[in-house]
This record gives sequence, C-alpha cells and structure tokens, in this order.
Amino acid sequence: MAETSADPVRRAARDGIALGLAVGTSGLAFGAAAVASGLSPAQACVLSLVAYTGASQFALAAAVAGGGNLIAGTASAVLLGSRNGLYGLRLAGLLGFRGPFRLLAALGITDESTAVALAQPAGGRTGRAAVRAGFLATFGSLYLTWNAGTLAGALGAGKLGSPNTFGLDVVGPAAFLALLWPRLREGRTERTVALAGALIALAATPFCPPGLPIVLAAAAALGAAMLPPAGMLPPPGEGALSPAGEVALSAPGEAAPSAPGEASPSAPGGAALSAAEWAAPGGQPDPAGAAGAAGDRPCR
Amino acid sequence: MSATWIAVLVTAVCCYGLKLAGLTVPPRWLAHPRAQRFAVLVPVALLAALIAVQAVGRGESLAVDPARLAGLGAAAAALLLRAPFLVVILAAAGTAAALRALGVA
Repeated sequence: MAETSADPVRRAARDGIALGLAVGTSGLAFGAAAVASGLSPAQACVLSLVAYTGASQFALAAAVAGGGNLIAGTASAVLLGSRNGLYGLRLAGLLGFRGPFRLLAALGITDESTAVALAQPAGGRTGRAAVRAGFLATFGSLYLTWNAGTLAGALGAGKLGSPNTFGLDVVGPAAFLALLWPRLREGRTERTVALAGALIALAATPFCPPGLPIVLAAAAALGAAMLPPAGMLPPPGEGALSPAGEVALSAPGEAAPSAPGEASPSAPGGAALSAAEWAAPGGQPDPAGAAGAAGDRPCR
Repeated sequence: MSATWIAVLVTAVCCYGLKLAGLTVPPRWLAHPRAQRFAVLVPVALLAALIAVQAVGRGESLAVDPARLAGLGAAAAALLLRAPFLVVILAAAGTAAALRALGVA
C-alpha cells in the first residue's frame, strides 16, 4: 500500500486489469455451456458482445436448453440484467462521462467493473481519475477475455460429443451457484429470498412451460422488498415479523411504489457487491433513507 | 430469423439498454428504497430458481440426476474453500463427468 498510495490511478488500473483477466476466463464456460444448450457460436458471441452480463447470458442459454418458452427465458435474462441499471445509477455521477462516450461506458457496466470503480477513493480530480481508471481497466480486460473465451468455448464445445459426457450440463447451475454465493453470505434476507425463489420455481415446474417458473420466482424478491430492510429489522418483540418462509406469499403483483424518496442509490447489499463497497466514498451510507423505509412499514 | 435469434437479440439489446438507462436517467427515478431493494434482490431469487430448476428439473417434470447433483455438491464444496470461479466450474463439470465415465451415476 505504501509504495502505491501516491498513485491511486495506476493502482486502480492494475486492480481492474487483474480482476478482468481472472474473471474473463469464465467466458470459456459460457461459450461451452451455450453451445451445449443449443445456441450457435454466433448467438453465444452476440450475447457476450452486446449483453455482456454473465448471469443473463447463462439464463437464456438455460431456457434454450430446456426447450422451453423463449419469452419467459428472455424475461428472466432481462430481469437478471436489471441490476446493471442500478449500477449505472450509482456510477453515473462518479464517472461523469458525457456524450457519445457514455454509450460505450454503458456497455462496460458489470458486477466487476462496478465493484472496482466503487472501491476507489472518490473525491477530487485524482479520485475521479481513479474511479474512471478502475472502471475502464476492468471493462477493457474483462470484455476482451470474456469475448475471446466465449468464442473459444463455443467452438471447442462444438467439437465434443455429448455435452453430458463432459459434465457441461452442470456448468450452468454451478456458475449460478458461484454468482449467488456471495449474496447468500450477506444476510438472512438474501438466504430467505433464495430459498423462496427456489421453492416457487420447483413448485411451478410441473405446471408451467420451462422458463416461466424462473420469472415467477421474482415474486420472492418482490415480497422481501416490501418488508423492512434486514439491517433495520423490527425491534425485539416484533421478531416474529421478520422475513420468513412466507415472504414470497406477500402481495405478488403489487408493484413497488414509486413515490419519490430521498435515498441515494446506495442500495442495501448491492448485487454481488459487499455493503462496504456500496457505502464507498462518494455514496453516503444513508441510514436516514433506510430508516425511512422501515418507518413507512409496508404491507404484510 | 429463428425464434432463438430473436430471443438472443432482444436479450442483448435489453441488457445493454438497462445499463445505458442507469447511466442516463435521473437518479430519482429509482430512488425509492423499496424499488432499490427489489432490484437488488431479484438476482438472488432468480439465480436460486435457476439452480433449483436446472438441478432437478427436466422439461416440465422433476427428475433426479445423481451425477449432476454430485457436480453441484462439488461446486458448493469448492465455494466453501473460496476457490476461484473457474475452479468451481471445473470441479462441478469434472465430478459429473468422472461419475458418468465410471458408470457410478
């Protein structure tokens, strides 16, 4: 730390490149899984080039593999990608990109680039330069390796025989598990939502075309979002109100109200990002906003 | 154009559009805490659902595939050991492939 503290920009770039190269190799897994699912190499590459968000890409491949409902598969892929919109909200002010360059920067928003950008000490000209360097370095290295990996995996998998022989049918769920894992460690709400989502999907599977059960599982997130945030759980005595198995049953179909709120986009938890990263410099941890959410106690 | 291509293109364009929208729209559009919590929790619910359905689902029915479940178990074990992403994937695929090659599962 001592030797680099004078140059946060260089350090941010180095961290970004290292992370991008390491994570990007998993493009191999996506390319192989996509082709094993029935996507063509060209389709796998278009997803990696344009969608460029791993979980959504795996989700669409899964829907194709199930021979399922492509509309539901697309919907679940897009829902999974919605977190990138939140990242964008969070990054917009920090990056401060304007004009056409913003169109390019938008493509680079992923779990990884957001994590590196938010980990930089923001503030001042150096701070913004470090945020930008971290974001762009992660974007560049991850984009190149992810897409090269996708192409190699897609072409390689096509030369293999039955995908199951090589265990490629497990690649998708294992990748999902790896993506979900850090969120499960964050708290009870996350674990409850995960369990409820899995149960909803399994219960719906015999009655729905493949793909639709995944979309229905979003009701678990909707139910939990209506409850007070995990960090602000009810005072003692109200413990029974904490999110439990029945979370998923609360008011599906009721959209999250869009009343203007005072909270900054420092979302609690933050997909695939630790709470500490969300609360990084530049973003107020915002206890007031969270307290407000707990105050207007939602439906149950 | 095949239905699969349409799904691929719609997914790709929508995923990019969501990123661009986040960078572009006024922050207050998603400022409500509940809307944020929903957006943050959606991936958790969907990923868990995908894992469950792919682990024991086969089309519109549920079916147990021991090799696949063992592969997922290997992935979980690798994650507990804090292995990197690619190691997790290789452990899962390798376990399932090995069990099938041995005819155990």
